[in-house]
Amino acid sequence: MISYILRRILYAVPILIGVNVITFMLFFVVNTPDDMARMQLGMKRVTDEAILKWKEERGYNKPVVWNSEAQSFEKITNTIFFENSIKLFVFDFGRSDNGRDISYDISQRMWPSLAITVPSLLLGLFSYISFGLILAFFRGTYVDVSGVILCVIMMSISGLFYIIGGQYLIGKTLHLVPISGYDTGWEAIKFTILPVVVGLVGGIGASTRWYRTLFLEEMNKDYVRTARAKGLSETRVLYQHVFMNGLIPILTGVVVLLPTLFIGSLIIESFFAIPGLGSYTIDAINAQDFAIVRSMVFLGSVLYIIGLILTDISYTLVDPRVRLN
Amino acid sequence: MPNIIATLFFCIFISGCDSAAWNNPYSAEEVKQNVYYDSFSERPKHLDPVSSYSANEYVFLGQIYEPPLQYHFLKRPYELIPLTATSVPDPIYYDEQGLLIERSAREEDIAKVVYRINLKKNILFQPHPAFAKDANNQYVYHDLDEEKLSNIYQLSDFNLVGTRQLTAHDYVYQIKRMAHPKVHSPIAGLMAKYILGLSEYAKLLSEALEENPHDFLDLRKYDLPGVKVIDEHIFEITLTQKYPQFRYWLSMYFFSPMPWEADYFYSQPGMNDKNITLDWYPIGTGAFMLKENNPNRRMVLERNPNFHGEAYPTDGDAEDYAAGLLEDAGKPMPFIDKAIYSLEKESIPAWNKFLQGYYDTSGIVSDSFDQAITFSAAGEAELTDEMKEKDIRLKTAVTTSSYYMGFNMVDDVVGGDSDRARLLRRAISIAVDYEEFISIFANGRGESAQGPIPPGIFGHVPGEAGINHYVYDWQNNKAIRKPIEIAKELMTKAGYPNGRDETTGKPLTLNLDTPAAGPGTKARFDWLRKQFAKIGINLVVRATDYNRFQEKMRKGTAQIFQWGWNADYPDPENFFFLLYGINAKVGHNGENAANYQNDEYDELFNQMKSMENGEARQAVINDMVEIVRRDAPWLWGFHPVGFSLHHGWYKNSKPNLMANNTLKYKRIDPESRYEKQQQWNQAVWWPVVVIILILIFVILPAAISYRRNETRSIS
Repeated sequence: MISYILRRILYAVPILIGVNVITFMLFFVVNTPDDMARMQLGMKRVTDEAILKWKEERGYNKPVVWNSEAQSFEKITNTIFFENSIKLFVFDFGRSDNGRDISYDISQRMWPSLAITVPSLLLGLFSYISFGLILAFFRGTYVDVSGVILCVIMMSISGLFYIIGGQYLIGKTLHLVPISGYDTGWEAIKFTILPVVVGLVGGIGASTRWYRTLFLEEMNKDYVRTARAKGLSETRVLYQHVFMNGLIPILTGVVVLLPTLFIGSLIIESFFAIPGLGSYTIDAINAQDFAIVRSMVFLGSVLYIIGLILTDISYTLVDPRVRLN
Repeated sequence: MPNIIATLFFCIFISGCDSAAWNNPYSAEEVKQNVYYDSFSERPKHLDPVSSYSANEYVFLGQIYEPPLQYHFLKRPYELIPLTATSVPDPIYYDEQGLLIERSAREEDIAKVVYRINLKKNILFQPHPAFAKDANNQYVYHDLDEEKLSNIYQLSDFNLVGTRQLTAHDYVYQIKRMAHPKVHSPIAGLMAKYILGLSEYAKLLSEALEENPHDFLDLRKYDLPGVKVIDEHIFEITLTQKYPQFRYWLSMYFFSPMPWEADYFYSQPGMNDKNITLDWYPIGTGAFMLKENNPNRRMVLERNPNFHGEAYPTDGDAEDYAAGLLEDAGKPMPFIDKAIYSLEKESIPAWNKFLQGYYDTSGIVSDSFDQAITFSAAGEAELTDEMKEKDIRLKTAVTTSSYYMGFNMVDDVVGGDSDRARLLRRAISIAVDYEEFISIFANGRGESAQGPIPPGIFGHVPGEAGINHYVYDWQNNKAIRKPIEIAKELMTKAGYPNGRDETTGKPLTLNLDTPAAGPGTKARFDWLRKQFAKIGINLVVRATDYNRFQEKMRKGTAQIFQWGWNADYPDPENFFFLLYGINAKVGHNGENAANYQNDEYDELFNQMKSMENGEARQAVINDMVEIVRRDAPWLWGFHPVGFSLHHGWYKNSKPNLMANNTLKYKRIDPESRYEKQQQWNQAVWWPVVVIILILIFVILPAAISYRRNETRSIS
């Protein structure tokens, strides 16, 4: 297994280089270093000298990918692309275009993101699986039919509706929790309730249907028929057999998500004023801060790759038939 | 698992069960305190006063830093008064020989202008570790190294603080910082034109830094000829030419005092790596100091314990007395202890929290306009009954801003000095009905512009005498846009009868270049196309991203564009310079986005900019306005009217569009606020119970039925 993991890690290197190249190209097609300088320096009374100075200080005055005036390896290394990319591979994110230490900012802002995403994931899993099991359990009855109809309706509604509706109903009308904001320590709990509930409700439709389908598929398999034929109660069939076997796709689907929980949610964080990494990324895109954008894209890619590797490992844990080699 | 759930519920219970309402976003101890609550939507980029040039940053800087001058809080038109200076300095003029000459001297006779600024005494800086000294009178934190910084993560981690008196050296130091090679001051280029030797000083500092790139660049060692310390509380600034607007700059934060100790403290190795910089942790003498800088969540200002004290104004305009704005006259400021600004990126949550009483003030976005404002039969904006019931108050003020549509004057069709192009521009000026625009897209919050100068700025002429007679007629005591037939006649005269070029017979197509795109702007562009179509012009909207739009503007390839300007200071020069030839975007990268060039106008501009306000200056201004109205490089657009709301417990509210240091004048009645918050935010639990019951009632029959099936025996 170790050799498999090492091989997967090595495979990740070209992927990360590719992601970095694409990010770099996309960003610099839209934004020139001059544009970035103007954005940072403000729009009023910006002189060409100030722009030049800003670019010099951050190395944006160099050629983008090929320095024809440099010698030997410096033709590649003495460029914006190389200088901005190579350090990422040792997780040195450097400083943002407005001078802040990106690693420090990430370390500060991942906690609010986790405060939303972790409870959302755990409570979501619990709720969606429960609802899925209930619908599968009562398949063909009015509970199942009305549940599926409700799920389809809920899937069809935009996520923004849940956010604004949740703020209006729970925060504004019922006065149960603050509409938006964030705080540290225990005080954070009251701010996380609404975004978690909104995220949870927003995901019920699609997830419950998915889990229901998954469980129904299991319930039609031979081993379930055998279990029933043995005279096991429906509850035992469901929880001891169907649920446990249904865990394989559930687990693999969840494990891949685990590392990306750090990245947070772009829209939820923005609407609920949560100072997490999602809003950090959005702010950087709006401010044309390439240093942060490339760091966040790189980090996201790394976490996703880790997620995929963990998924592969988790297969071997939940399904003894799978071997990594 | 049950333990975890129990702990979670306990935490929720603890966090919710304080004396405040459940939905209160502030901590329990803050709710009854003398705290001002507001929100901000855009994080400040710079808090170093020499770099900052943005209104969202001035909200904070204005309370912390104190330039020599400030604007009177109540008086209109805006009036400069001393802040840390003892008086508003008058310029002293000298000729080539260094002899004193009269203020009325001709500009060409003036060789230099000196502003002598006398500072008030006994002004202290806020407590700050940069000033902390030990028993031997040595600075405690001026020899920091990696080891000493190992447990330091933010400024508050330094245990010791100190202070010292404000001196003239601090102002001189800050002016020198404009030329610092590592600091980006947006006005360095402008000031280099005026402050004696600033340009050469920048080169000197660059050379010094190149020689010793890793050493602290101590500006005290390098003299700048244009600034001079006379004594501890007097300094002089020498300009190379007459520039009456310079006094206004002395009220801006570029001219705030900066102690060398702070510059040294923040420049020590390792501080930047810890994000402890002057751009993040300001140090001032103002009424407040920045206690918490977390622009991702909230910014907290706290009363500066070393504040020198200032009394609330004792005079104002006549209506200020009636409005109760002088009830606190002569009382020591500030009135509040703390101000908490919370980040709200979206307007809807911010608005709802204002209605819940968790923000003391609010603007009005389009989404909530109808909920807040209604128009009376006379067309006056009034609060709706819902707002009145909450004792919310409305304040309106015409902003010192202009939103206009510009023609690129280097364009072959709409630009240039030919009669044909001029008549075309005038025809469009009549056709685009800005009154309708204001009504539809700005909820009536705007005033049609008659020229470049907004109301409230010297040179603006109200009433009949001030209308743009190329576009408006004066009827029934108000400016009425000329009928569209006049515009059509102008089109015919311009050689575009019915919108067709009479030489080619082709329909006239013009392009509006804009960075705005997306469904939100469609209605606006459709409306604009309709306006141009009234005179037969086909308007094509060329939407692009912001960077490409800026590039088009710099290269002069845009044809028609929309632009705006917000006054730096209340002087007509700050608007007329937007049409000054030397400031053209093309070739000069200036602020003249229309690339307008008129020698007569430029000559009058040079004359006007150095004149004192008075009849003579007004006459020159009138001539300039007439020239630009005739040439019509802009559709003058409109001056937005700012609508702001505040709760009844928030006192001393008067819009001041020039001053940024207004927090010290505000007063809050926290008891009243707390009562209202409790009254408006009673938690409603019954719907939660109902939802749970519904779930039970839905599941229960199915469960019973299942149970029955499971226990049924085969008989």
